[in-house]
Amino acid sequence: MSEMGESSVTVAEAVKSSRSGRIRVRRAGTAQDPVLGTLMFAPAVLYLLAIIGVPFVLAFIYAFSDIRIGSNTIHFVGLANFRSVIQSPSFKVALQNSFIFTIFSQIVVIIGSTILAIALENAFRGRGIIRFLILLPWVAPISLGAIGWKWILDSLYSVINWVLVAVHLYKPYSAPMWLGEPHLAMASVILVHSWRLLPFSTVILLAGLTAIPKEIPEAAEVDGAGFWRVLFEITIPMMLPIISVAVLFGIIFTFTDIAVVYILTAGGPFDSTQVLPSLAFFTGILSGDIAAGAAISLFLVPLLVIIAYLMLRVAARAEVS
Amino acid sequence: MRSLVWRKLGHWIVLLIFTGLLAFPFYWMLITTFKQTSDLYNLQNNPFRFNAAPTLDNLRLLFGQTLYLRWLGNTVLIGVIVVAITLLLAVPAAYALARLTGRWGQRLGIAIFLTYLVPPTLLFLPLSRVVAFLGLQDTIWSVVVVYPSFTVPFSIWLLMGFFKSIPRDLEDAALVDGLTPFGAFMKLVVPISTSGILTVVIFTFTLVTQEFIYALTFISTAEHQTVSVGVPIFLVRGDVYYWGSLMAACLIASLPIAFVYNLFLDRFIAGFTVGAVKG
Repeated sequence: MSEMGESSVTVAEAVKSSRSGRIRVRRAGTAQDPVLGTLMFAPAVLYLLAIIGVPFVLAFIYAFSDIRIGSNTIHFVGLANFRSVIQSPSFKVALQNSFIFTIFSQIVVIIGSTILAIALENAFRGRGIIRFLILLPWVAPISLGAIGWKWILDSLYSVINWVLVAVHLYKPYSAPMWLGEPHLAMASVILVHSWRLLPFSTVILLAGLTAIPKEIPEAAEVDGAGFWRVLFEITIPMMLPIISVAVLFGIIFTFTDIAVVYILTAGGPFDSTQVLPSLAFFTGILSGDIAAGAAISLFLVPLLVIIAYLMLRVAARAEVS
Repeated sequence: MRSLVWRKLGHWIVLLIFTGLLAFPFYWMLITTFKQTSDLYNLQNNPFRFNAAPTLDNLRLLFGQTLYLRWLGNTVLIGVIVVAITLLLAVPAAYALARLTGRWGQRLGIAIFLTYLVPPTLLFLPLSRVVAFLGLQDTIWSVVVVYPSFTVPFSIWLLMGFFKSIPRDLEDAALVDGLTPFGAFMKLVVPISTSGILTVVIFTFTLVTQEFIYALTFISTAEHQTVSVGVPIFLVRGDVYYWGSLMAACLIASLPIAFVYNLFLDRFIAGFTVGAVKG
């Protein structure tokens, strides 16, 4: 987009400068006025430095210190926090769970949202209301949606269990404790998070899908390719760039999320759903050990750097093509 | 012909399954809201229908005996202030980055984009100390100061795309007419960008209502909470869950947000496609 803007400017510039030199000078002034430009973006950049840059650096400083809630002194302790964090069993579980949580919910979300985006692509009667209903999990505050699920997955009054009992799959009072058994609890938080992310991923894919020129799949269909062949050999390959964008955002939103786990299970039972962000919260805020909490949350950074790099590559490739 | 019928049928089956799964929790909130407690807590009852007369008791409890209205008010107040801060910082910055600063603008734009990949769960611990240092802990001002960290980068990114689509000739004409560059920005660019600015207002507001970890960390008194932390944390007393009122609280706060968000969704998504979608 920017390239187009630039080239149209040069054309306009050439036309104008051929008529009057004065305008050309003023033009150049607007486009490149560094003082005004700096004055206009400086407040935002300084504010962001203060509330993102400073705490980002502080996170590293704290992780190498002995800071606690309520303490006024701070000492440098080297790698002590990292050593004790890495040795704690909770951390190992949380690190592993973070990956399980992220990978499995991304699989669910990508498969689900690809199907749903294709189903929503063409206009049909009732699309508006269906779109609204489908989007609800993403647009409603997640902490409130999670409370809704907590009721649906209740240990005693779960509606899912009522149905399971009603169709005689389980005997009364012996139906699964969704949030009370380690594997089921992990499956539950994965599914609730996927539920929340699926609409977001769907609308991103939908944006990509509508940008695919219709002639190609239509021509293939005229040539006798069936629905499934067109889907797997044309539509989905053409969606890959946008699918990669959805996955990259999805990984960030999942790997760094705390609300679903905090509300549904608080990391339990026995740390079986503990993830890095929730462990950082429990360690740093509830136990007051800010230093150890900061050390735990720093384990998010390597993945974020990788994602940022991949995101820029996707953007760069999109610009070239 | 037969394959066409199958395709149509398959299409609707897919749509209905997804819609059902995604919207079910909200349907369940709705039905729970109007049920009597005795109906909710009886395992013999079919939970899909009203086994006792519908009731407004849960709503009365929610509005009469909890801080729910207070939380809604706090959320709106925080939202309005954060929107104001976000506009003041993001609109000029986005314009400068889109227009005035040439190649540096692009690099800074990318840097801004990267900042919205930095998650709250990485920053909340150091920010809790910053907030304490500023003397803001346990007030709504703690989150007012911090929320622009995610609303500003997002808004700059969204507005940059918007400003770039305004033809430069318009501004050139204004300059020829004797306006200063800043005058052209205030009197020409801002007025014709109202729909972009409105999008930013809506999304800043919804991002604020959805935020969880900062409010949970910085604010400990129930009176000062936002709705998205107040409901899940403070509406549960001890281990007692008032499910009817809880579900009402979730539904009432969710629906208006969902409704406005839905109106502006397409623009919002444009901010996330990273140029992988043209147009």
